[in-house]
Amino acid sequence: MKILYFAWLREKIGVSFEEKEIKAVTVIGLIEELVLLDEKYSIAFSDLSFIRVAVDQKLIQDFKTSIKDAKEIAFFPPMTGG
Amino acid sequence: MAKEKIFCNLSISVQELDFDIQYEIDNIKRRKKNFGGLASFLGQVRDSAENDKTLLFLELEHYPDMTEKEITSICNDALGKWELHDIRVIHRVGKLIPGDNIVLVLATSSHREEAFKAVEFIMDFLKSRVPIWKKEHYENNSSWVKSKKSDEELLSRW
Repeated sequence: MKILYFAWLREKIGVSFEEKEIKAVTVIGLIEELVLLDEKYSIAFSDLSFIRVAVDQKLIQDFKTSIKDAKEIAFFPPMTGG
Repeated sequence: MAKEKIFCNLSISVQELDFDIQYEIDNIKRRKKNFGGLASFLGQVRDSAENDKTLLFLELEHYPDMTEKEITSICNDALGKWELHDIRVIHRVGKLIPGDNIVLVLATSSHREEAFKAVEFIMDFLKSRVPIWKKEHYENNSSWVKSKKSDEELLSRW
């Protein structure tokens, strides 16, 4: 699965994307799985109220959203466009 | 009898290049003469000298595969609410200095109210629903712009 990071999440994790074999079937499951891998993830995901998620380029509101058939998950802070 | 749905020209660009508001307006006027009004919003990089720090430049990062899709979806929502003839959105990304254009939203309609509302609606959603992030660079440091709670709260008015 392709996992993308943007803005300060990208800086904290140190890469803009990575390919990973993932066991998790939900967004929150994926975050928990990443956090166990390395401290940089636990720092980046320490406050989930600052985390926004897109599954296959669609914003999702619920962290329990399934990622079973997803190809691409993106994590980023609240958007500041305009 | 149901009102005939107007065909709306929808044009969206996400680009590093600058744009010219007059060129964009003329481009719409050349093609169509059947609208009564055009409303516009032009956003630029503010020269924010706070705490004795002078902003050198702003860096706009985005999610290339998603940005245009999200803007399109916002514009389609606007089309569901108001009868619009044209929507033109340009959002710049990359490095921008104070005074540089950031964003342009144009909307035309038969009557002014719909064009005004559409531009405001599109801008409200561009602020907090499109995957774009701003980073401010000063002489000795840089920081990511924090999203404003007030921007998020504005969405509920629609």
